[in-house]
Amino acid sequence: MRTENQKAWFFVLPVLALVAFNALVPMMTVVNYSVQETFGNNQFFWEGLGWFEQILRSDRFQAALGRQFLFTFLILLIEVPLGIIVALSMPRKGFWVPVCLVLMALPMLIPWNVVGSMWNIFTLPKIGLLGYFLNDVLGINYDMTQQPLSAWITVVVMDVWHWTSLVVLLCYAGLVSIPDAYYQAAKIDGASPWSVFRYIQLPKMKTVLTIAVLLRFMDSFNIYTEPFVLTGGGPGNSTTLLSIDLVKIALGQFDLGPAAAMSLIYFAITLLVSWVFYTLMTKDDAQ
Amino acid sequence: MAQIKLSNLRHSYMPAPKGPEDYALKEIDVTWRDGGAYALLGPSGCGKSTLLNIISGLLTPSEGQILFDDRDVTALPPDQRNIAQVFQFPVIYDTMTVGENLAFPLKNRGVDPATIKRRVDEIAEMLDVTDMLSTRASGLSPDNKQKISMGRGLVRDDVNAVMFDEPLTVIDPHLKWKLRSKLKELHQRVKATMIYVTHDQTEALTFADEVVVMQEGEVVQIGTPVELFDRPQHTFVGHFIGSPGMNVLPCEAKGDRAVFEGHEVMLEGPTHGDGGRTDLGIRPEYVGFGDTGIPAHVTKVSDIGRHYVVSAMVGNTALKAVTEHSVPEPGSQVYLQFKPEQSRVYRDGWIATEERS
Repeated sequence: MRTENQKAWFFVLPVLALVAFNALVPMMTVVNYSVQETFGNNQFFWEGLGWFEQILRSDRFQAALGRQFLFTFLILLIEVPLGIIVALSMPRKGFWVPVCLVLMALPMLIPWNVVGSMWNIFTLPKIGLLGYFLNDVLGINYDMTQQPLSAWITVVVMDVWHWTSLVVLLCYAGLVSIPDAYYQAAKIDGASPWSVFRYIQLPKMKTVLTIAVLLRFMDSFNIYTEPFVLTGGGPGNSTTLLSIDLVKIALGQFDLGPAAAMSLIYFAITLLVSWVFYTLMTKDDAQ
Repeated sequence: MAQIKLSNLRHSYMPAPKGPEDYALKEIDVTWRDGGAYALLGPSGCGKSTLLNIISGLLTPSEGQILFDDRDVTALPPDQRNIAQVFQFPVIYDTMTVGENLAFPLKNRGVDPATIKRRVDEIAEMLDVTDMLSTRASGLSPDNKQKISMGRGLVRDDVNAVMFDEPLTVIDPHLKWKLRSKLKELHQRVKATMIYVTHDQTEALTFADEVVVMQEGEVVQIGTPVELFDRPQHTFVGHFIGSPGMNVLPCEAKGDRAVFEGHEVMLEGPTHGDGGRTDLGIRPEYVGFGDTGIPAHVTKVSDIGRHYVVSAMVGNTALKAVTEHSVPEPGSQVYLQFKPEQSRVYRDGWIATEERS
């Protein structure tokens, strides 16, 4: 017997209204700006897709996008394997488990701008502990305020310091859910440590690893506060990532049209790459 | 294949065990014949899984030795003992196909591909999983997963013993029976020593040629299912095996008779020893009804299909009797007759009567 009716839709309405109020409508104003030119006084002129074309063709945007991809690529390349290694070497039971977990969680509890300030002070060449140590004790010429390479290394290391824990904790959660019998069976089957990792631990971590990669991708791709506080995008434009550039255009130059178009492109890229990641990482499960 | 001998085995999970209560296993001395089918039977926490893990090498015993064909393997890791173990929850490698799962132990040991193929096909045929060989193992039903876990153990032709740790726990009841007969059949085909741990007496008694009954880290009796049923060496065995279990009734021992609630009962033979707590043990199957005997008051009659279980009170002691016909009414007065050759006295739990020859 069919007992279907359409009543359920009414229950969704409040949520829909709320989401429309706080997300869809503001989003639409961005869309609105992105296709118009304004000179203040609430006067708008139709621009069509002009801003989009201008942004996509501009060297400045392409350079920032390139830096953004490089940054995200680097931190994923470091944080994911490092996170897995740290998770594998953490104890499974006993006194040290809570100690390790708290230590791992600590960096993530520090507010983003504080992390930026900490690393700024830590790495300043003359007065920072690390900066002093590198320059005056080890004799390495390091200055993140002057040298693009130093700045890049600092920004990447800071992110690794701040967010590897997230990968660690997610992987650890996946690891502790593996029953002992799996390890015992592997021992009896004569499996090598690599086989244990490849056929037991990695498959069991896959779901959480997918989440970890997605979260780290989205967060790092949209990162703003930490590099802004640390380097302000410099020296020059060398660490100006997409979000930093976007804020410069929107609030520094007050070019609302191009900024709106850039936001939408930025959003579309984030969405697209997340979707590709997700599809690739979960495609085996469908079989 | 090998004979397995456990000698003076003791194990404690504590770093510095003091008294016997700190030991999960106390003094185990058992020899298992090459190619035999054995069951380790006992309630949860009796040490049977500990014992199994010690044999397979996942645990090192605190004291004692494990000998495979007189070779001391106590210090060897599991992969060098050539044993196979099937766990309570099926362990399969999710990302591999059924065939790859079965091939895995051979591949790890560097067996050549042609031999692997032949062995995998053989085992798959034995387990009726040939048509699943190329499917992903993660989607299988629990009983098939468990078959694959067994298969990974059997695929090696050099296994000394196959061990089963309550392997049917997660299997649906109607498949348990099928898988159990499969196991029995496999045992006859591969002729490996098999050790089966369970707390289910039906599983133990149907699978094994010989059953080792354990309680609180001790072996209380080793015997064929018939021996365990007919002449339990300990009240625990009598009570644990059989449904309902043996009646254990407080009594006084007097030569070849026991006095129970003021009534004299003939025993299978003379009692020995003295002191300690004495109990009369008789299985419900050997308690009969008659015109004379021990007067009892029937409290409950349960129809369990094949026969009736009659609960009755003799004085202040409750006991059970099994009967197929002439069922008394609840509340009625009856006379019970104990079969003398099945009536025994137990002193502090252990048998204290001698069989009359």
